[in-house]
Amino acid sequence: MIDTTCRIADVVFKNPVVMASGTFGFGREYARYYDLNKLGGLSGKGLTLHPKEGNLGLRVWETASGMLNSVGLENPGIRRFLSKEVPYWQQLDTVRIVNLGGHSIAEYEEGAQLLEQFSLSGKAAGQKAYDMIELNISCPNVKEGGMAYGIHVETAREVVMRVRRATTLPLVVKLSPNARDLVGMAVMCEEEGADGLSLVNTFSAMKIDIHKRSSVFENLYAGLSGPAIKPIALRMVHEVCKAVSIPVMGMGGISSAEDMIEFIMAGAETVQIGTHNFVNLRAGEELTAGLEAFMRREGIQSLTEIRGIL
Amino acid sequence: MAAALVMNNIQISSGIFRMTVQSGMGGRPGQFYMLRSKNASPLLSRPISIFNVEEDRVQFLYQVVGEGTKRLAGLRPGDEIGIEGPLGNGFPEPSGQMAFVGGGIGIAPFYYALKQWPGADIYLGFSREAYLVQEFERLSSRVIVDVGGFITDRIDLSSYDQVWVCGPQPMMLAMQRLNASSGNTGKVYVSMENRMACGIGACLVCSIRTSGGRRKSCADGPIFPVEEVVFE
Ligand SMILES: Cc1cc2nc3c(=O)[nH]c(=O)nc-3n(C[C@H](O)[C@H](O)[C@H](O)COP(=O)(O)OP(=O)(O)OC[C@H]3O[C@@H](n4cnc5c(N)ncnc54)[C@H](O)[C@@H]3O)c2cc1C
Ligand SMILES: Cc1cc2nc3c(=O)[nH]c(=O)nc-3n(C[C@H](O)[C@H](O)[C@H](O)COP(=O)(O)O)c2cc1C
Ligand code: FES
Repeated sequence: MIDTTCRIADVVFKNPVVMASGTFGFGREYARYYDLNKLGGLSGKGLTLHPKEGNLGLRVWETASGMLNSVGLENPGIRRFLSKEVPYWQQLDTVRIVNLGGHSIAEYEEGAQLLEQFSLSGKAAGQKAYDMIELNISCPNVKEGGMAYGIHVETAREVVMRVRRATTLPLVVKLSPNARDLVGMAVMCEEEGADGLSLVNTFSAMKIDIHKRSSVFENLYAGLSGPAIKPIALRMVHEVCKAVSIPVMGMGGISSAEDMIEFIMAGAETVQIGTHNFVNLRAGEELTAGLEAFMRREGIQSLTEIRGIL
Repeated sequence: MAAALVMNNIQISSGIFRMTVQSGMGGRPGQFYMLRSKNASPLLSRPISIFNVEEDRVQFLYQVVGEGTKRLAGLRPGDEIGIEGPLGNGFPEPSGQMAFVGGGIGIAPFYYALKQWPGADIYLGFSREAYLVQEFERLSSRVIVDVGGFITDRIDLSSYDQVWVCGPQPMMLAMQRLNASSGNTGKVYVSMENRMACGIGACLVCSIRTSGGRRKSCADGPIFPVEEVVFE
């Protein structure tokens, strides 16, 4: 029997394959293609306290082995999520992660409080609404917020501290590869009581239309994801795993079982799959099966045999 | 990605190809498929409208624009193609006197539409070179063709109960103005051509502004009543 289970705080994942925020909606869209209960977990589209329209203009540009996106956290707001999506989430038997964004420290804090209250009221009824919060301080696509908090350790500390106080839910902080001091950021999160980390979010990047002599994006910069970022993301995950003792969800350009193994060997507890969901709508199911096949082929009984061996 | 076999892939005009794929997935006029060649690059699939459906075959009409459509054009009979669909809402139920208005490669969805609704008038607008006109003439006795002008100038909205439009943005804007000047009659539908990544409503890169708030052009569209769209 192959053991693929993973754990963050007291949350058990049946396997390390987690679908990344912003690439998986709230899961429903992909449920037409395979049984979501096969997944280790899923992280919903980034939410803010109030609904957000997101960015104007072009929102996607394909680059060599990657894509730039400028969605800008378009989302229905936490309240609509609670009423419209949570009932669906409650039917799922996989780890359900709420990705929380914000534009001010107060907004992050209020969002976390709202999630906490709702979760507690559900718990009394024996109905868990979601399993953990992924605190997104790393979105490069919103001007006044998001990544700004994820760049400097001291501003990030304030957000993590307040959200940590606001909720008893397991808390994973999603780090930006654009952070000035990524390892320092990770260590700070551990100090402030985060149960885990996830990285990387997209890299702040650019595309210029040389005929119009302007950026193709209204926001000037956009976020780079996909296979192009994988080697850098892997190095970052390795560095962070060396520096902290809380579990890490590693991501960035993963598109095969072999890619996932690399992140686990670099020390990741679980991985996340983002852009590859667009390339293959059945990626979640196929990568999960691919991982088990790899373990069988290589005679690996448990992921602990290979985790962090480098 | 589901895989299907390419049966043929024929150039019918300069830079314009018609590809037949073996797939029993079918679909309705105005729906689309996400297509990709089996190459690693480009990463994202390309949205292409249904041109025709016949038994276990789906046909596409496409214009070579960049890398993705260039790869599609390189496919040979017997090659495998990555295919997901049919996706999107498609045009609404037709009723009464219908007109279809296609600009350039935007004529693609109307071949299948005309097969199902042969009483419709069809307006075909081309910037340089007309193609497939005879094929359309076999399906409808009222084919109006324009090369180099504005096809929208030729339409009298008051003669129709419903008008379906597919073409470049300036053409859709012209239709919106035409519709507004005739009192927003709620009968003109446009097919939005936003860039897509997932094609199924999960990523929000295709999100458009409408009078009813943000909508996903892949899953809520690509067909929208023209008066609802806020063109950027
Ligand atoms: C619902 C829908 C139906 C379509 N039906 C057809 C059709 O039947 N025949 C046809 O020839 N074309 C159709 N298009 C346009 C077609 O998808 C683009 O021409 C194609 O994606 C360009 O890709 P490329 O790699 O060749 O060009 P590139 O410019 O290299 O593409 C770069 C990126 O831009 C996107 N892109 C570029 N132009 C468009 C565009 N106009 N619409 C959407 N995405 C774009 C691509 O998906 C890709 O991510 C349709 C688009 C949509 C949204
Ligand atoms: C279209 C798109 C939208 C995204 N939205 C979010 C988001 O709302 N919250 C978040 O934390 N990350 C978001 N991300 C980042 C991904 O979750 C992931 O961190 C990143 O894409 C790197 O992984 P990948 O290379 O596998 O895609 C988004 C990414 C993409 C491509
Ligand atoms: S293309 Fe992803 S939501 Fe429309």
